Amino acid sequence: MPRSSGPLTLTALCAVLVSVAACAPQDDAPTDTATPAATAGPACSKDKLPTRTAGKLTVATDEPAYAPWFTDNKPESGEGFEAAVAYAVAGKLGYAPGDVTWARVKFDTAVAPGPKNFDFDINQFSITEERKRAVDFSSPYHLVRQAVIAPKSGKIAGKKSLADLRGAKLGAQVGTTSYQAITQVIKPKTKPQVYNSNDDAKKALQNGQIDGLVVDLPTAFYITGAELTDTTIVGQLPQVGAPEAFGLLLDRGSPLTACVSGAVDQLRGDGTIKKLEQKWLAQVAGATELT
Amino acid sequence: MTALAYVPSEAQRRRAAYRRRQTITSVLVAAASTAALGTLLVVAVTGAPGWDRVRESFADPAIARDALPAVLTGLWLNLRLLVCCAAGALLLGLVIALLRTLRGPVFFPVRVLATGYTYTFRGLPLIIVLYLLTLGVPGLRLQGMPSVLVLGGLALVLTYGGYLAEVIRAGIESVHPSQLAAARSLGLNYRQTMRHVVLPQAVRRVAPPLLNDVVALQKDVGLVSLAGPIDAVRAAQIATAETFNYTPYVLAGVLFVLLAIPLIAVTDAVTLRAARRQGRG
Repeated sequence: MPRSSGPLTLTALCAVLVSVAACAPQDDAPTDTATPAATAGPACSKDKLPTRTAGKLTVATDEPAYAPWFTDNKPESGEGFEAAVAYAVAGKLGYAPGDVTWARVKFDTAVAPGPKNFDFDINQFSITEERKRAVDFSSPYHLVRQAVIAPKSGKIAGKKSLADLRGAKLGAQVGTTSYQAITQVIKPKTKPQVYNSNDDAKKALQNGQIDGLVVDLPTAFYITGAELTDTTIVGQLPQVGAPEAFGLLLDRGSPLTACVSGAVDQLRGDGTIKKLEQKWLAQVAGATELT
Repeated sequence: MTALAYVPSEAQRRRAAYRRRQTITSVLVAAASTAALGTLLVVAVTGAPGWDRVRESFADPAIARDALPAVLTGLWLNLRLLVCCAAGALLLGLVIALLRTLRGPVFFPVRVLATGYTYTFRGLPLIIVLYLLTLGVPGLRLQGMPSVLVLGGLALVLTYGGYLAEVIRAGIESVHPSQLAAARSLGLNYRQTMRHVVLPQAVRRVAPPLLNDVVALQKDVGLVSLAGPIDAVRAAQIATAETFNYTPYVLAGVLFVLLAIPLIAVTDAVTLRAARRQGRG
């Protein structure tokens, strides 16, 4: 609810009504998707952006929000990679940290078509053509890297360089970028083991049949944090193949899409995103870069 | 004595000429019908609207060339596994069949165990046996745990041993009881009867279905790849995932057929020889 008083409340209410009214038919009218690009260019500042609540930016994420994307399920602290990116984007658009309010929206609800109660959602959404039919995405703020995980007591835990991994027996799921990362980047001396699914591969890792498992970084965080807690991330691998890309999610045909994309592009261009990745993914979460 | 040169009669010559003409006619008819059917098939397939796309994604020579080394390396694994598993499964099958055909109340538990084994492992899907042995058993973390390949091979031997045991048992039971009685009356004991009278006849009779199972095994050994090793089909899958082109699968299929041809030829030769022998006897 808007907390401002008097005429401001009215304007805000109007803005909401207008945006809801404008959104409703757009769900069914693909021709309208060109509108945000046309209106965006000049007006990417706080006072001109038609956010849900004027002067405030409503950012959504899942409940609970996991590390290392967020810290302690508190996105408003700005700690964790995605929280930091959200505040950086808000800053580029002219919103002070105090102007950012957080909403909690389930992942599946957010990617489904339908009215949205946020301006943008940041929750490790991979940009796919299929999802683009239901929602808008900003340009990518993170390209998913591949990572090696290994048992904490295993022979490659704590290794720092790609050369150290050459003697290890590594595994990956068939047909994935992870497998390409083994054969093209690490190039181990022993043939990699290939599994039908990551579940089979995790079992083999648990059994000690392989020394390390290559998965994408978000999966690595999930496996080491929740599934196989006696494993650890050895490190991230250099980019390979056609990586998955994470984008900020907006309502389909949202008038903010172009502005938010522009802000992400600027952040990527000036190296802010790289710095945030270094800080939150490599240093805090321990996914060091293997070279 | 000088033998008179054989001069066929006029009627015989006419008969021979007629037969020759008949042969030539049938060869020509066979050739014509084969050519007609062949042309029809080629026209139907290559004339199909999607033929160019199918040829591109299933028969691209360049991609086949690139994938060949990896697929061949995988096939070498299939071949080694096949030889070891076929030998192991035949041996296990033979032992189980002999145990199942033991007579006498004393051997009841042995018969029950052997029967239980064939029921279980013929019913259990191979994939599940493979999962249990290659990903389950190593979880016990016992000392001296054999490699995944050995465990996978064991799963194949256990599963195919069940089939082969039943085939061999059918062979043993097909030997007429009079043979047994004759052997015993000659003073052979049970073991000698089995070794010299029953098994030689039994195995000869079931050789074709036994080899049939071995050919089937050849295609199943590759399933070991679910535990990590890269066999021919897995190598093709990897190549396919990289290019989104199915030619490597076709390549692997062709190689599998080539690998099966000698085995199938042996099966046919054995069957033929057995039939000829029985005809003569």
